[in-house]
Amino acid sequence: MNYVVTTRTKTASVAFAGAIVLIATLICLPIFASRGLIQDMFFILTMLALAQLWNLLAGYGGMVSVGQQAFVGIGAYAMFAGVILMGIDPIPSILIAGVAAMVLAVPIAFFSFRLEGAYFAIGTWVLAEVVRLFVAQWKALGGGTGTSLPRTATKEMWFVDAIKGLFGVKTSAARDILAYWLALLLVVLIIGGIYWLLRTRRGLALAAVRDNIQAARSVGVDARKIKWQVFLATAFGTGLVGGLIYVQKARISPDAAFSITDWTAYVIFIVVIGGIGTIEGPILGALVFFALQAALADYGSWYLMILGGIGIAVMLFAPRGLWGLINEKTGIELFPIRRFLHRKQAEDSATTKQEIPT
Amino acid sequence: MIWVDTILQGILLGGLYALFAAGLSLVFGIMRLVNLAHGDLIVMGAYLILLLTTLLGVPPMIAVLCAAPVMFALGWLMQKYLLNRTLGEDILPSLLVTFGLSVVLQNALLEGFSADSQRLPPGAWSTASVSLGGINLGVMPLMTFASAVLVIFALNQLFYRTAIGRAFRATSDDPTTARLMGIKPNTIFALATGIAMLIVTIAAFYLGSRANFDPSIGPARLIYAFEAVIIGGLGSLWGTLAGGVIIGVAQTMGAAIDPEWQILAGHIAFLVVLLIKPRGLFPRALD
Repeated sequence: MNYVVTTRTKTASVAFAGAIVLIATLICLPIFASRGLIQDMFFILTMLALAQLWNLLAGYGGMVSVGQQAFVGIGAYAMFAGVILMGIDPIPSILIAGVAAMVLAVPIAFFSFRLEGAYFAIGTWVLAEVVRLFVAQWKALGGGTGTSLPRTATKEMWFVDAIKGLFGVKTSAARDILAYWLALLLVVLIIGGIYWLLRTRRGLALAAVRDNIQAARSVGVDARKIKWQVFLATAFGTGLVGGLIYVQKARISPDAAFSITDWTAYVIFIVVIGGIGTIEGPILGALVFFALQAALADYGSWYLMILGGIGIAVMLFAPRGLWGLINEKTGIELFPIRRFLHRKQAEDSATTKQEIPT
Repeated sequence: MIWVDTILQGILLGGLYALFAAGLSLVFGIMRLVNLAHGDLIVMGAYLILLLTTLLGVPPMIAVLCAAPVMFALGWLMQKYLLNRTLGEDILPSLLVTFGLSVVLQNALLEGFSADSQRLPPGAWSTASVSLGGINLGVMPLMTFASAVLVIFALNQLFYRTAIGRAFRATSDDPTTARLMGIKPNTIFALATGIAMLIVTIAAFYLGSRANFDPSIGPARLIYAFEAVIIGGLGSLWGTLAGGVIIGVAQTMGAAIDPEWQILAGHIAFLVVLLIKPRGLFPRALD
């Protein structure tokens, strides 16, 4: 074998170094940032995490779900159940949230995989509605009106005392810092995980299934299995994010936890505006989304109208999103997944006469 | 007796859902486009009728006649200049554009008409009822159901008896070949969406006359419509009516047991059908 396949580029190596510095800076952020900034960052990071997960599902997996709020909601409720019904600390309860979402994903996938394309989309939405209506009957967790985390649970949450001592802040501020760090951890794990996945054989298989399911099957890709795996994995991640968001909010109701606007519509706009089917896109999209929200927060429904309008315009005129435009102009890829074939510089390259056209 | 009554009310309610669904079914059948803004378009229609009723001082029935051409034109323009650009192998553009449209419409209505719930002014007949062997049936639900049957009958006639219908079916089967025969698919699509919007106007009239409406209720109507289409089987208009009736009966029976279960029962009926017959009850063709 005289050829090696790599995905590494020079820009990507620089980007990797930059990412390390950025993550280090973000970890240290609570030292000098105000509480408001930490809360804003928490919001951006959780939206980014949801956007990356939806992008994996729709952009790479071709499963356009409009029902991801089911997993945010069930994750949030599972976390509440862990705290209120089982007396577990909120932080480990976030893991319960992920597991619960993954368990729920099994019947949801079972039903929705019977539908194709656009019908899959509305099917997931119906299923999310069903879950919301069932959860609204759950009287132990407040039924339709919802409930709050008990004060003792939020006060004695793991790590909060340590953070209070470290930064000399109040309990509520310490909780925000903790939530922010966990959100940062989740984002790093999710982006890292997705990037790793896309560079493996499985990632190639996933893209093949999205682009042409028959062709993928004909070269031996088990399309069904890979769709199941991605659907369950995204549900797990979405559930974790849902649990974390509601640890920070500490107050839950079915309408908020299963909100299609907050957990699916915004997320879709972030991905579409940033650039679907790329890892860079949702990052850019989350920043644009936050900037728009900060600028237009006072205009209420105008804000959503503008967001919807931008989403439509991007889809029509720049379907690859803002990152797509940047990538076209500059060729920059921060998370390259394209495979490049290089001839090995090694000794025996002269003995082979094969040329692989590029 | 109470169950007979419940089931009858459910069947009549199904007529309303079939009206919601007929436009969706038509558009999907011809261009494989699922319009996620369909529910919001119905709500927009209801506001348009309300606006015309108050502006012109005419009863809602007359306002419907004025609203219909406006809605047809809106549908035509929307399809020609917006949705036609999104059609293709990839379903993502059409899904995301109609989703964006749904969000824009909802918030535009919210901005224009506020979140207060509205209702079309009732006529004398809207509260009237007729007695059939001890069961009282409202004139309004009966009219809704009759309208649904009429709309679906008319659509079937249009589809299978006219030149336009032939063009619809040809474009649905194979747009490329249809183009060779001198049909312009984009114009056909615009016409189809225009017709769908006429049905939306009728649906909007009953939506607004039977109960209160506000800008946020569109998505739920879309879901009922979608369930009716799937239960009936893609491409079958009578199937869509049957689907609407199944959702309607499930909802009234659920509500009879416990009012909180009304919506849930409809969704569960949908899931049961999906479990047993994933292609719906009356799938037209194997595509």
